[in-house]
Amino acid sequence: MGDWGLTETSMDNYEISSLSHVEMSPSRHNNLMSAYSLPSSKSSYSVISAFCTEDNIPQCISYINQELGSLGLAAHIQADPPGRASLNAAPALNAMYELLQIHRRTMNSVEELEKEQLKKTSTLEHMQTSNSRLKDQLELSIREKSGLHETERQLQLKLKTLQSCLKTEKDEVQKLQSIIASRASQYSHDAKRKEREAAKLKERLSQLLVDRKDKKLAIEMLNSLGRSDGKRSHWKTAKATASREAEMYKSLLSDYEASQRALMLENAELQKVLQQMKKEMMHILSPCPPLNRGGSAEESQELGDSDREERSAETSRETLDQSCEHAREQLTNSIRQQWRKLRNHVQKLDNQASLVQNQPPSNAEVIPLETHEQEVERMRLEVQQCKEFIHAQQQLLQQQLNTSFDDETAALLNGCYTLEEKERLKEEWRLFDEQKRNFEKERKNFTEAAIRLGREKRAFEEDRAAWLKHQFLSMTPFADRMRSSSSDGQSALSVKSEPEIKTSSSKVPPVKSSAYTTFSTPKPSKSAAVPSTIDVCRTLRLIPDYSSSRHSNQRRWQESGATEDEESWLKSKSKVCSSDLSIFSLDEDKNPLT
Amino acid sequence: MNFSEVFKQSNQLCKVSPDGKYLATCVQYRLVIRDVNTLQILNLYTCLDQISHMEWSSDSLFILCAMYKRGLVQVWSLEQPDWHCKIDEGSIGLVSSRWSPDGRHILNTTEFHLRITVWSLCTKAVSYIKYPKACQKGLDFSRDGCYMALAERRDCKDYVSIFVCDDWHLLRHFETETQDLSGLEWSPNGCVLAVWESCLEYKMLLYSLDGRLLSTYSAYEWSLGIKSVSWSPSSQFLAIGSFDEKVRILNHITWKKIAQFEHPAIIDNTKTVYKEIEKRPAVSSDEMSLHDITVASSLFSTQSKYDISPLPVQIPVVKPDPDRANPKIGVSALAFSSDSRYIATKNDNMATAVWVWDMQKLRLEAVLEQTSTIRCFQWDPRRPRLALCTGNSKLYLWSPGGCVSVQVPAEGGFQVHSLNWHCSGDSLILIGKDQLCLCLPKNRILKFYQYIYQHN
Repeated sequence: MGDWGLTETSMDNYEISSLSHVEMSPSRHNNLMSAYSLPSSKSSYSVISAFCTEDNIPQCISYINQELGSLGLAAHIQADPPGRASLNAAPALNAMYELLQIHRRTMNSVEELEKEQLKKTSTLEHMQTSNSRLKDQLELSIREKSGLHETERQLQLKLKTLQSCLKTEKDEVQKLQSIIASRASQYSHDAKRKEREAAKLKERLSQLLVDRKDKKLAIEMLNSLGRSDGKRSHWKTAKATASREAEMYKSLLSDYEASQRALMLENAELQKVLQQMKKEMMHILSPCPPLNRGGSAEESQELGDSDREERSAETSRETLDQSCEHAREQLTNSIRQQWRKLRNHVQKLDNQASLVQNQPPSNAEVIPLETHEQEVERMRLEVQQCKEFIHAQQQLLQQQLNTSFDDETAALLNGCYTLEEKERLKEEWRLFDEQKRNFEKERKNFTEAAIRLGREKRAFEEDRAAWLKHQFLSMTPFADRMRSSSSDGQSALSVKSEPEIKTSSSKVPPVKSSAYTTFSTPKPSKSAAVPSTIDVCRTLRLIPDYSSSRHSNQRRWQESGATEDEESWLKSKSKVCSSDLSIFSLDEDKNPLT
Repeated sequence: MNFSEVFKQSNQLCKVSPDGKYLATCVQYRLVIRDVNTLQILNLYTCLDQISHMEWSSDSLFILCAMYKRGLVQVWSLEQPDWHCKIDEGSIGLVSSRWSPDGRHILNTTEFHLRITVWSLCTKAVSYIKYPKACQKGLDFSRDGCYMALAERRDCKDYVSIFVCDDWHLLRHFETETQDLSGLEWSPNGCVLAVWESCLEYKMLLYSLDGRLLSTYSAYEWSLGIKSVSWSPSSQFLAIGSFDEKVRILNHITWKKIAQFEHPAIIDNTKTVYKEIEKRPAVSSDEMSLHDITVASSLFSTQSKYDISPLPVQIPVVKPDPDRANPKIGVSALAFSSDSRYIATKNDNMATAVWVWDMQKLRLEAVLEQTSTIRCFQWDPRRPRLALCTGNSKLYLWSPGGCVSVQVPAEGGFQVHSLNWHCSGDSLILIGKDQLCLCLPKNRILKFYQYIYQHN
């Protein structure tokens, strides 16, 4: 029993809580209210205390069953058989449990709703504050707007006044201009009047001076001079006048002719340039049609273009011959056409390039383009570097130049000059030494060859003597012997001497060439061969003449040295080696230097 | 650089004969003839009064000395020292005297420009030309000496008369389309006559030798116009400097403007700006000794050199007074180099700068910014080399390769007021206030710079 009472009170407590929350869910409250068919539901405490008594248990049970049924639960609470005031516990507990469940669920939902409510209220608050803020802003902007309106009004006023000012200024300007004009005219008029007066005065003055027979106006001269051109003066005749005119026109004409010639030259040059440009354009444009042959329409256009090209080519050929006006027109027209085509072509190329750029870099053709670009970039960088380098050098040079304009630097410059000269002389001296060495070698060769020749000649001489002796001893007829001996002798001589010449000449050139390569001689073989044969002849005739051969050789390489001078050296030192003697003087000059 | 000793002169009258052999200087009323090379006195003539003008005849045989105050002209012969000639203009007065190109006639302009008297030294004959106009440059002989153009004013209109110098025959006489003609100049080939209006209006007229108007050029209206005019030696260009600080270049075919050179205060598009920098030699007091006078004198003369200023450069500008007549603004001097390759200009409100323009590229080549006002500049008659002076004791030379400043080593503070090239370009006459000095620039350094310039 005690248990039961406890549960009941707890249940009542729930009821109380539910009742206290009724305000929030009016539908339920109504439900409950309707369910309680009891009077004065407002004072629930009193009602509860009197809900179930010992007497009205069945009613209560039925009532609760009813209630449970209305709540959608199975009304299983049954009363025990009458007379016993107890309940069938299991269904009642079930019902209670279910009721508790329901209650919990409702409590949960109530909690949720409460939360929601809180959230809503906070948002509401937020809204309210933002609203108020916005209102403030609105007010502010309205105030600003009114301020701006005010300034605008003021500005407009100002503008109006300025406009009026401008108008007045314009008027003023106009007035001033008219004033200036009137003053200018007045001034010029006055000036003219004054000038006239002055002219009159001048006239008068000169008249007076003439009238006074100014004695002082005179020329005193010891004796008259002859004309500067030595001729006698001419009488002023019509013929002379005419000749003057003719001379004037002649000079004018010659001037015009000269200018015309200059213009013609210029014109021809320009035409040449034009032609060349045209040709190049045609050259550029001609291979493009097969490349771009896509659609039929384009093809036809291309055909037309090529046709035109041919025509223009013809016209260009014509214009080469004639230079009259319509030809010029044609030429300019054709050039214009070509230009248009070129432009179109370039545009097309541009489009293609942009297309290629837009395409993803999948095909292999793009890669060389990129590398090309990289290469170009690299080259550009390089060029930039080079430029910088050059610039730095120039700057350094400039600095050097500009810091030095005093005497000491002039002296320094002179020092530079002498140093440079010294350097050059050294170089020359070195070359000269080399030459000398080469020449020495050559000479040795010559002497050797000559000695050998001499020896061989002697051998030959002996041979001949022996042969002659033999002939003489063999006692052949005189005439025959003579002929055969002479012919034999000649043949022997020629046979024997030719290889000698060959060897000598073949021996000499290498030495020479080595000497010449240092000088880059213009005439290699002939000049080298001819003197050598001469020398050989000389050696054949007498004992080698060193001095003469040396002379000639020296002269030869002086010449080459002179040419070299002209070629490479800016400040020629050819005067130093202008003659044989000067070579030796050069020797002496150089000795102290080296 | 070699300098001769200093000689006296007066009125800045010293001129080299056209053949380049003699140097004539005037000292008060004496005329001194020297050999240019040895500077020895060859002849000495005494005039009747202080000489105010002196001029060589074209054949270098005679010298004219004019004494404007007395209205006198005396002529001296170099070959016959005892020959003399005296022309007296009498009470009509004399304001200008000059030789005719043949060297046998003297043209005297009388006071008030009443007339021009032509005296013949061959026949003693006198002829008059009436109504010459008093203006900036009213008379010009063509370069070959055949023709003379003379501006005239009759009935308040401008005329130009063209005379044949040979016999003073009037070849052409025509009215010009000017309000107030200011000057005229023949083109070097003698076929075109440039005639310009006074500075009140920008107007340039070009007449052919036979008096036909070839072209008219006007750059702007209303403000002050032409200030200086110069033909290029090749007759190809006509340069016009004006009050708007610009130089306009006309071509000889269409007579239209082909280039316009402005003179901005801030320069940022030129090759080089040379700025003269002065430095005083720092000598401490104990180094100064009484016996070393040269050191002491050099103390007062500042050293100077050129510096290359980094661009952009600001050129000092003096604002002219707008209330004064002939305001110091605009291009007052321009000169072509002998090869027509360069043109040098001076803008009056930037008086310390000389501008050199390249006529091939039609752009600014160099600017020389000096420390003081430029007095005079002149091109070498043979080479593209510009000499200038600023009224101090230095001579400045520009060539495409660089710039040099040279101290004139004369004693007593010789200040260069103007200079003249010898016709060979080998020497230079520096004219001071009452002294002169001959300068022989060693060509080697300049050649060196030219060499470097060519190989850059």
